[in-house]
Amino acid sequence: MHTTTSQTIGPYWHLLEDKSWADLTRFGVEGEIITITGTIHDGAGKPLTDACVEIWQSSPPATKEFLGFGRAATDDAGKFSFKTLKPSAVPGPGNSLQAPHLAVTILARGLLFHLSTRLYFDGDPANQNDPILGLVDEARRGTLIAHETKPGVWYLDINLQGADETVFFEI
Amino acid sequence: MSEFLLRPYAPGTQPDNNTPTYRSTEFRHPARPLLKIPQTITELSGPQFSESHFPPTDNIAINNGKEALGERIIVEGQIRDEDGRPIPHSMVEIWQANAAGRYNHERDQHDAPLDPDFKGIGRVYTDEHGAYRFITIKPGAYPWGNHANAWRPNHIHFSLFGPGYATRLITQMYFPGDPLLPLDPIFLATADEDSRNRLVSRFDLSITKPNWALGYRFDIFLRGRQATPMEEEQKNAHHH
Repeated sequence: MHTTTSQTIGPYWHLLEDKSWADLTRFGVEGEIITITGTIHDGAGKPLTDACVEIWQSSPPATKEFLGFGRAATDDAGKFSFKTLKPSAVPGPGNSLQAPHLAVTILARGLLFHLSTRLYFDGDPANQNDPILGLVDEARRGTLIAHETKPGVWYLDINLQGADETVFFEI
Repeated sequence: MSEFLLRPYAPGTQPDNNTPTYRSTEFRHPARPLLKIPQTITELSGPQFSESHFPPTDNIAINNGKEALGERIIVEGQIRDEDGRPIPHSMVEIWQANAAGRYNHERDQHDAPLDPDFKGIGRVYTDEHGAYRFITIKPGAYPWGNHANAWRPNHIHFSLFGPGYATRLITQMYFPGDPLLPLDPIFLATADEDSRNRLVSRFDLSITKPNWALGYRFDIFLRGRQATPMEEEQKNAHHH
């Protein structure tokens, strides 16, 4: 039997929302704590004010205290924010090494199938040899790279459509 | 992490994000093709939710001991992969409108009553056989602004994770015989008719409890395995 068909998360998914889920460190963790923020816009340049953003990281490895998973709503300005542990490099296909990254999922009204992308960290030397970034057109690679706006605070613009459209993946 | 890769979605079985009949897709669908990337540890591993951190709420027809208004129903099903392997101990989140077709959500302005005894939100876990079950009330239909006289068919939202990040699934369960289904652009957005129809639950007398509640069955399938680890090793050996 084929995989069940996806349907939109709709505008009322906030019934699911537990604001504590935006803090991946809430069960008590040790490590380098960082803030991940971003803003999501649509192709008309309007902020997405009703989106669900989920992050998943394969590093540091998940434990009972650190789930590696977070969920946050975008606010009236289309902005989201997470508190988490800084990921390290992880193995990639073959003998490659993936640069530190987070997987980012965007779910919203108007998206019948969720969008998958990644967030990398500007200035990390491992970015140069990352096997996934290497598949992305150099001109669009920047759409996946967050910048440190303050120490420990990383920011990424996400555009669903348009000239600066974020690179989204089929996984 | 899984020791296998996940199969691509079969053509036509998933909705196209560029679906003009569903107006909200206009500026929200990526215009450029998705970039196919290899499945790595990030895509093949995924969050594990425990009942101790996230306790189940399997009867959402009762809130603080008070019965919600509406037609009480039992929803039951099994979650398997495409090859029929059960997905055990996996979290399932649900949310829905109340019996009058109104969500307990500040942005829902539909002129229908809220029910103080119905929150419309639940969480259950599959058992070792991938089976899940919850009790709720049948959600009402509600109008939306997509087109003239547009109404969403009765539905319950489902959120599933499965074994990995790449098995994430958000879907909606519909009810058999709903006259709004052939008019709903969200339901119709998937080309494959069989896939669409599997979103419609089945009335099931064996789930139905006498003098208490009707039962519906809604089975869910997550992505299946593409190749065995040995096949994968051989492929990798061939590449290097």
